[in-house]
Amino acid sequence: MAEVLVLVKVAGGAVSKPTLEALTLARRLGEPSAVVVEAPGTAQPLIERLGEYGAAKVYVAESEDAAKYLVTPKAAVLASLVAQTSPAAVLIPSTQEGREVAARLAVRLDNGVLVDVVDLAADGVATQSIFAGSVTVKSRVTRGIPLVTVRPSAVTAEPAPTTPAVTPVEVALGPADTLATVTERVAEAKSARPELTEASVVVAGGRGVGSAENFAIVEQLADLLGGAVGASRAATDSGFYPHRFQIGQTGKTVSPQLYIALGISGAIQHRAGMQTSKTIVAVNKDPEAPIFELADFGIVGDLHTVVPQAIEEIKKRKA
Amino acid sequence: MKIVVLVKQVPDSGAERSLRSDDHTVDRASASNVLNEMDEYAIEEALRVKEAVGGEVTVVTMGPPQAVEAVRKALQMGPDKAVHVTDEALHGSCALATSKVLAAAVRSLEPDLILAGAEATDARGQVIPHMVAERLGIAALTGARKLTVEGNRLTVERQTEEGYEVVTASTPAVVSVWDTINEPRYPSFKGIMEAKKKPVQTVSLADLGISPDEVGLAGASTAVVEAAPRPPRQAGTRVVDEGDGGVKLVEFLAAEKFV
Repeated sequence: MAEVLVLVKVAGGAVSKPTLEALTLARRLGEPSAVVVEAPGTAQPLIERLGEYGAAKVYVAESEDAAKYLVTPKAAVLASLVAQTSPAAVLIPSTQEGREVAARLAVRLDNGVLVDVVDLAADGVATQSIFAGSVTVKSRVTRGIPLVTVRPSAVTAEPAPTTPAVTPVEVALGPADTLATVTERVAEAKSARPELTEASVVVAGGRGVGSAENFAIVEQLADLLGGAVGASRAATDSGFYPHRFQIGQTGKTVSPQLYIALGISGAIQHRAGMQTSKTIVAVNKDPEAPIFELADFGIVGDLHTVVPQAIEEIKKRKA
Repeated sequence: MKIVVLVKQVPDSGAERSLRSDDHTVDRASASNVLNEMDEYAIEEALRVKEAVGGEVTVVTMGPPQAVEAVRKALQMGPDKAVHVTDEALHGSCALATSKVLAAAVRSLEPDLILAGAEATDARGQVIPHMVAERLGIAALTGARKLTVEGNRLTVERQTEEGYEVVTASTPAVVSVWDTINEPRYPSFKGIMEAKKKPVQTVSLADLGISPDEVGLAGASTAVVEAAPRPPRQAGTRVVDEGDGGVKLVEFLAAEKFV
């Protein structure tokens, strides 16, 4: 069976959930080969997990350079692996870096690229959800092999245990690969909450939350549900919550099982980032708020009384 | 410092957007078209760099004839001049072809710094800055929330899922920016008047030495098989809080097995 290369995105020293999802999709097109391009010592703890999700091979490309330069080492290693293994497809988790690796790889191979796909069929036809989720498009790469980035949480990762064969790979960089140097990586306010784009539950607050202090109830509800916290642009622009948690056209796109919108009116800016969520719940005191058009369950009321009551009720049920 | 800003005219993301039924390209005729919002932050950053170290700012776009409207809008903020690549053969170009055209248009300008918005609101691909850098053989510092210029050394704070990375390169380089980097200025009345007289050079594919069969729908590396509007979501149950809204909320969550 043909190999399908899957670039591994490492998060906190472990295999990220979007990588497991990409491995799951890859199995439709062939036999997944996971590709790790990281600093020395990164791959070993990942191998068992990659095997659990069907990676028949793991290519390990470790060097100090792999971590030192931005994007280009991953593109260089993938380009040389494509030349060596003639894979059926290349799948990359659709993070910012993942899209950028795909961009570089597409130019190097003169191979078409489809980003942020939500589904991929065995024949290589990829599904994308565009224009704020209002249009569904099916496309294929017509020059080269399917080279796609996979939107986090679009598919459910399913195990297919195997024992991977581990192959070391050289990180060979050209002069144009060593131009952008990463001098520092800073983790900001690392919380115990799941990553926003990967979370199966997202609780988001908007302008109606009213203040940075009031976001505490958004966080409490998220924590009780094991979810991530997000914010609308109105909330981040008002300084209620950090920008990196913004959901919408100019922020993150999330597609969780459950999305709870608190004090969010549901402007198109925001809907662009959340309307493919499976179940949507909204609390807003404005009965005309457009978010109610999307909501499976809506409460017209003041979130400052509704949410604390909901928190108490959940605690009661859990006790 | 010679600075280029890549901009794009996009259908207004606040209005209804669609694909054409004949060739599945973005319907630009029925949409209200605007300058891509993230590009305003790139223009602002270009102007700030110019104000700090001197130089010239050139706006570069690829698009149909009406894309010149977005170029004028960009010039109102303060850039010096613009290059508009337009050619009928470009209709339906894929990302690879677009990056080839932009790289060719930028190359002759010999910029030290190429700024771009991190993504456009229509395709949201985030691929063009690295593709252009790859073709030009220069560095790309992407996803910046902060840019520092010291001599020929560029340093950015790059937003990541976990926090940020500090990434540095010598000029020439591509830098793409998020809307966290600055607050774009509004065009002044003087700026609006002056923009009308600023030079906008129109460039064809032949001028760039690119053959029509390398671009457009004919030369595209990807193809749309089908496109359909997503069925609208059906609004569900809505209740007015009468003192038990929180309990009702949890009852719904429990029924859906989230609690």
